[in-house]
Amino acid sequence: MDVDASQGQMAAYLRDHQEKVLSRWSELTVAGVRGRLSAVEIRRELEDLYTILLRAMTGADEQAAGELRAALSELSRTRARNGFSPTETAIGIFALKDAVYELVADTAGLAPEFLAFSRMIDDLGLLTFETYATAREQVIADQATAMMELSTPVIRLWEGIIAVPLVGTLDSARTQLVMEKLLETLVATGADHAVLDITGVPTVDTEVAQHLLKTAGAVRLLGAECIISGIRPQVAQTIVSLGIEFGDIATKATLADALAYALRRSGQTIGGQATGGQATGSQAGQQGPA
Amino acid sequence: MDRVPIAKIGTTLFVTIQIDLQDESVMRLQEDLAEELAATGARGVLIDITAVEIVDSFIGRMLTMIGAISRLFDAETVLVGMRPAVAITLTELGLSLRGVRTALNAEKGLELLSGRA
Repeated sequence: MDVDASQGQMAAYLRDHQEKVLSRWSELTVAGVRGRLSAVEIRRELEDLYTILLRAMTGADEQAAGELRAALSELSRTRARNGFSPTETAIGIFALKDAVYELVADTAGLAPEFLAFSRMIDDLGLLTFETYATAREQVIADQATAMMELSTPVIRLWEGIIAVPLVGTLDSARTQLVMEKLLETLVATGADHAVLDITGVPTVDTEVAQHLLKTAGAVRLLGAECIISGIRPQVAQTIVSLGIEFGDIATKATLADALAYALRRSGQTIGGQATGGQATGSQAGQQGPA
Repeated sequence: MDRVPIAKIGTTLFVTIQIDLQDESVMRLQEDLAEELAATGARGVLIDITAVEIVDSFIGRMLTMIGAISRLFDAETVLVGMRPAVAITLTELGLSLRGVRTALNAEKGLELLSGRA
């Protein structure tokens, strides 16, 4: 018996028992996803799938096979994006096999047909898995990109002073990104002081220090001065015990100190503080660090 | 071979590099600058590399050498207008151009030189 014929028989059988199979299939799937989707929702999804599946099995419609794969891919992609586990995703298709088997077990003579059907469901299950994995990888890649973009803002602190607050670990990929953005902003704004704030960098080891030094070196090559701020007590101890030398790069405890230093270096004053007199009217609201 | 022109304004020598730097042109520039410095007694050298998009380790080293040569004539070298990509390349190559001062643009470079004079 060839596969097409047995599929045709199976399709006819499935169409005859549509209501029974669908109910059982939905039931099993609902149990599989542990109440994260309502029975009505699942029922609707499965009904659509069932219709396309029957069309694909009878072979009357040439596009049906493609449609079936597309519908399944879409379903597993949605599941992956909504955070369902691989089992919860795959159960949707494998449950059909169980549902049909329970019915077929009572009917003698359908065993070969069921075998062919079972193989087809397995293929579809694999497809579901593959799509699920791809979708999850895509999610991870998207998140990595989003984090990269989030983690490197270049802020203009003052006239001629820009800052990059670094948050998270500093690896070579991030250093590259930070360096590019920082240098481009330096050129675009004509700033001559750049503050690298490492308050949000959890640990400073020799590698991170190397990256910081590289960035500072590139900033210096453009003709600007680099200041590293946000050095916490523990970090200072680590830096010294590792024997890391920052050379002539100024280091400060806080971003405020760095800003004050940069202002002094560029000969700017804020309000009345730097001159020691009363705050001038126009700038009275801007209180700089002492 | 393209030759890089050197212009003297006041006590400063202006070098604007507008070509893709070849090894020979940089070596020629170094010779020309040394002669010009000896002849004019200029106090500063301003090298504008705004148009330079590609550098290699050789050119990086020659720039440092130009700085060292100028210092022998008691002149200071300021490199201005470096592109971010060039700066990143030089840092990756481990060249920090010690002895050469840098400025964002020609204007700031001139300020540096005049502040010294």
